[in-house]
Amino acid sequence: MTSRLHAQDVTVGYGGAPVVHDLTVEIPDGQVTTIVGPNGCGKSTLLRTLARLLAPTSGRVVLDGTPITSLGTRDIATRLSLLPQSPVAPEGLLVRDLVGRGRHPHQRWFAQWSHQDEEVVEAALAMTDTTDLRDRPLDQLSGGQRQRAWIAMTLAQDTDLMLLDEPTTYLDLAHQVEVLELVCRLNRERSRTVAMVLHDLNLAARYSDLVVVMHEGRIVTQGTPADVFTAGLILDVFSLEAEILEDPRTGLPIVVPLSSSANPVAAVVSTSALAG
Amino acid sequence: MTTLSAPLRVGPASWLVPLRAGLVTVASVVLLVFLAVLDLAFGDFEMPLGTVVQTLLGGGDPASAFIVHGLRLPQTTVALLTGAALGLAGALTQTFARNPLASPDILGVTDGAAVGAVSVIVLSGATGYGGGLVSGTLQSVGLPLAAFAGGLLTATALYILSWRRGIDGQRLVLVGIGIGAALMAMVSWLLVEARIQDAASAQVWLTGSLSARGWDHARPLLLALVLLVPLALLLVRHLNALQLGDDNARGLGTRLQTTQLLTLVAAVGLTSVAVSAVGPLEFVAFVVPQVALRLTGGSRPPLLASMTCGACLVVGADLLTRVVIPFAVPAGLVTAAVGAPYLIWLLLRSNRKVTA
Repeated sequence: MTSRLHAQDVTVGYGGAPVVHDLTVEIPDGQVTTIVGPNGCGKSTLLRTLARLLAPTSGRVVLDGTPITSLGTRDIATRLSLLPQSPVAPEGLLVRDLVGRGRHPHQRWFAQWSHQDEEVVEAALAMTDTTDLRDRPLDQLSGGQRQRAWIAMTLAQDTDLMLLDEPTTYLDLAHQVEVLELVCRLNRERSRTVAMVLHDLNLAARYSDLVVVMHEGRIVTQGTPADVFTAGLILDVFSLEAEILEDPRTGLPIVVPLSSSANPVAAVVSTSALAG
Repeated sequence: MTTLSAPLRVGPASWLVPLRAGLVTVASVVLLVFLAVLDLAFGDFEMPLGTVVQTLLGGGDPASAFIVHGLRLPQTTVALLTGAALGLAGALTQTFARNPLASPDILGVTDGAAVGAVSVIVLSGATGYGGGLVSGTLQSVGLPLAAFAGGLLTATALYILSWRRGIDGQRLVLVGIGIGAALMAMVSWLLVEARIQDAASAQVWLTGSLSARGWDHARPLLLALVLLVPLALLLVRHLNALQLGDDNARGLGTRLQTTQLLTLVAAVGLTSVAVSAVGPLEFVAFVVPQVALRLTGGSRPPLLASMTCGACLVVGADLLTRVVIPFAVPAGLVTAAVGAPYLIWLLLRSNRKVTA
């Protein structure tokens, strides 16, 4: 398995105690990698470090064999794109202007709207099904539409590597699925390498090739969803009693949390809702 | 509210031209020419518009030529350049901070420049009976430099004090208002300490007056605009990325700190030089970019349209103070009279949006 982007023994902190400890991870090319873990485990910190937004206090991030700190920020931006958590856009910004800004690293002051820029933006709009929304201000869209527009911007950056920090935050289930289906299509049809942070374990299981589980700044385990999600792991990492079922349709694991007063009816209801 | 834009491609060069912003810019330039000609025509001695245009083009009798070229053109030019500089400075800082309140006058940069300039007037010992003016080298070099130093020091303090792993617009505004208040106290102290003539001169200057401005005042302004407008236009692309938040801007390959620093330097330079020429013209840098934004309908204050609209406002204020209002009122009072209600409206509106 090849990997263009990896972190070697990185320790990252915000001045105080380190949030990520001496961590090594490889983002496999052409796959969807999802980082999961409880709140405050350092998932987003790791992703932001991989995207050179945070500098590790020790260790290094390597992109295409070169330490990322010795690459120019614009050079990196033509190879690696990032969608931050809950991004904000100014009032009145139109979808097509937002997506157009994804072309930034490919532009110069004298070349700000080439034919190629236009084509890539059109393709990004089409791929994310936002072509009809192009002339509408971002602040008038629904949460799901808005997130698709942001992904279109990231897509217009036209990089093989895409890092997404909690792309489903604040979305209802239908929109979460819509966004993740889009991510998987980008991976399969455009052979993009995706690394993302997700909170929902069942969605992570369903849409990832590789799951990386973090706890207290370290990687606990990584592997395919079926290998990684076990009742023991959920208890260790999330301190939650859970039962792992198998999705009858996909064969992928489903994590069913158990309450202390184990209620079989609730478990059945949540299972059918997730499978449906 | 659709903003149409058209691609403009010449060989390998290409731009996306926002049509509505272009239209607003052209329209405001036409209005500006009209206002400037009126400004040249009216005063103690009225001239027909035809004569003004004829004189401007090199014709006309010696008397008209003296009035137009010698007396009125410098003042109109200063008004025009000041408006353009302040409009651009406001558009830059408001985009940079992602906050409409973050204009040089609200952030205290104007007050910093005022402290520098008032210090020169008060401490130089030159008695400026000419309507609050010092003259000669001190005017064309000393005042702009002192104002620029004052503005730059204020901006540096502002930047350091509001820095918390990046610049947050809200914090920047709050710190700026605090710094501004402290600086105004300093100006008051200088006025109290000053000799009575100097204090009177400084006071007139502080209201923002355009009267009796000459080429000495126009030169530093022109130089600042020639240097800083191209810089601002180079920054546009990066400001567009900056608008999407720090993480996005960096993810898109923008050098965040460099862009922020250059934007701030350009805005401070323009503000300081404008303030040193005519005094702190209240609210121009604050109101004009927001008005231009509403006219052009984009997502951030347009740089060029803010310049042309700013020039229109200040030339218009000059015209108003000299012609319509029967006794000479400093132009700063007119811009303040326009700006203050607008500030209140903006605050009420944003407040409503938060609570809605």
